[in-house]
Amino acid sequence: MEFFLLLMGNGILIGLMYSLIALGFVLVYKATDAINFAQGEFVMLSALIAGAVIVVAGLPFWIAVLIVLAAMIGFSFGLERVVLRPLLGRPIVAVIMATIGLAAILRGLGPFIFGVETRSISLPVSDDPIILGPFFLQPVQLTGALVALMFLGGFTWFFLKSRMGVAMRAVADNQQVASAMGINVERYFALAWAMAGIVAALGGIVWGSMLGIDVHVALVGLKVFPVVILGGLDSIPGAVVGGLIIGIVENVAAGYLDPYVGGGTKDFAPYVLMILALMVRPYGIFGKRKIERV
Amino acid sequence: MFHRESGYFKTTYKADQALYPLPVARWTVGLLALVFLVLPPLLTAAGGGQSAEYYTSILNIIMIAVVGALGLNILVGYTGQISIGHAAFMSVGAYTAANLAVRLDLPFWITLPAGGFMAAAIGGLVGIPSLRIKGLYLAIATLAAQLIIEWVINHVPWISGGSQASIEVPRPTVFGYEVKTQRDLYYFLLFFAVIAVVATLNLVRSRIGRAFVAIRDQDIAAEIIGIDIFRYKLIAFAISSFYAGVTGVLYTYYLGIANYENFLITTSIDYLAMIIIGGLGSVLGSIFGAIFVTLLPIVIRLGMENFGTLLFTTAELNNIIPAVRLGAFGLLIIIFLVLEPEGLNRLWRNVRSYFRVWPFSY
Repeated sequence: MEFFLLLMGNGILIGLMYSLIALGFVLVYKATDAINFAQGEFVMLSALIAGAVIVVAGLPFWIAVLIVLAAMIGFSFGLERVVLRPLLGRPIVAVIMATIGLAAILRGLGPFIFGVETRSISLPVSDDPIILGPFFLQPVQLTGALVALMFLGGFTWFFLKSRMGVAMRAVADNQQVASAMGINVERYFALAWAMAGIVAALGGIVWGSMLGIDVHVALVGLKVFPVVILGGLDSIPGAVVGGLIIGIVENVAAGYLDPYVGGGTKDFAPYVLMILALMVRPYGIFGKRKIERV
Repeated sequence: MFHRESGYFKTTYKADQALYPLPVARWTVGLLALVFLVLPPLLTAAGGGQSAEYYTSILNIIMIAVVGALGLNILVGYTGQISIGHAAFMSVGAYTAANLAVRLDLPFWITLPAGGFMAAAIGGLVGIPSLRIKGLYLAIATLAAQLIIEWVINHVPWISGGSQASIEVPRPTVFGYEVKTQRDLYYFLLFFAVIAVVATLNLVRSRIGRAFVAIRDQDIAAEIIGIDIFRYKLIAFAISSFYAGVTGVLYTYYLGIANYENFLITTSIDYLAMIIIGGLGSVLGSIFGAIFVTLLPIVIRLGMENFGTLLFTTAELNNIIPAVRLGAFGLLIIIFLVLEPEGLNRLWRNVRSYFRVWPFSY
């Protein structure tokens, strides 16, 4: 039982981190209907920038955070303008392919520009685990989870209450009507990508400080898909719940099954769960039911 | 290229769908066949044994890639169903063939179709969700299939043969003759590449192929005119996976070893790059794409080895070359998607239609 609780605790913390990264995907999908297969590479890019700024240039942590944020916002603005905008109105396959291409570029040229060696950065928190009953909490993971919760709350508020958030939901719902109501659709597309950039920047810093910074950080992007499919592609609470479920399932499955199958359950279990979800409830737990069945 | 198209009037649907649109096409194909048959001896005569061996090996890899690209193009280009798991189906074919060849000592003419059919079965299984979902969801489902198949092969020693998840296969024998050298392999692979091309050409002008195109262009309209979408989507998945499986088997026999590392997700992306760069929904495009994507890393490597040493040390270069290769692929995918969605095939057609009226402007 204690082992189970320990796995659960770790799963919840990791799961919240997944939620944070999945949030970037959800934001873009919600506003622009575009699918970002490069979310993991976004996270990797911001981690690489953070590593370069902190380790190589030797700047203090908080300045580095600002630099990474600025860089990622600039990057995603430019990306929207140069790549995604010409693809507006083309079949969805084209957008998917374009982001796959983008992922390949980032994966290829990221290490080329920022160096191939693994760098380590640390958040300004202590390294000693916090022991709460059966739980062993790593401060890094706890910080990540807190950042994730803060963002998830912030974006929920943004979409429900703020004027811009409401406008963005209108754009997502129907671009033509939104445009007719005087909303500058293109500006909101750019804004959505910029928000995805912000999320990726923070995700990259936290995730990079947990795992060490190199190309492998991008692998976290593969976990985004189970999370968003399970939770619903266009739902922020869905990202949270999906992240928690995936985090818990993969930790518990790894804890109990790894000794029998020789490891690797963590990379495997989320996908099985996702395939099941796709068969039973493809729009996810909180997603809008607008899947066309043909 | 320099032929006149006037004077041929197609008066029946049959003539319109013929394999050879013009009589001159027959001659072109005959000429091409001759060129391909005498190419290896010519290479030997021109460059001597060692370099001929090298160039023939490049041709061989291109021909394997042609088969795989055709398969993916049937699914993505003709039917409009995206798949990011093409390489996984190749690995299914490769390991099926390798296991049959090693354990049961079966010859290649049994293991090759067996690998294809096994891949088709698994592909059909993965295709089942496509009956309910499409676009993005399908992309994610095939991505999951890729990762799950990779994991299963890597973690089940019964399939993967245990050490390093690789199985050595014996060389194929044709009528008692062992296919060993690159030149033997050239004719061996050419045979299957030609079959794949002809089969695809015939498929896409048949009832099935036209149903695929109808589903791609407007699935609801296709259903209304009486196409059983469920059935044809599954057929598309099965055929595409069959090609993938055969590609995997060919690759296994070419290398003499089945290894899952040749069929990772990056390979899937290579094949997507082939059909996007070559041209979606075009047989010629698949061939162009296969040639282009196979040659690109070789060109990059040559360029980097000759000019890269000015900037980097040799040790660094070994790290940089794969990175540049991946980046170049991504860049090319995006450039073609944004600027020329119909790919190299369209560029080729543009050149042709320019010369059609040359030297006049119209």
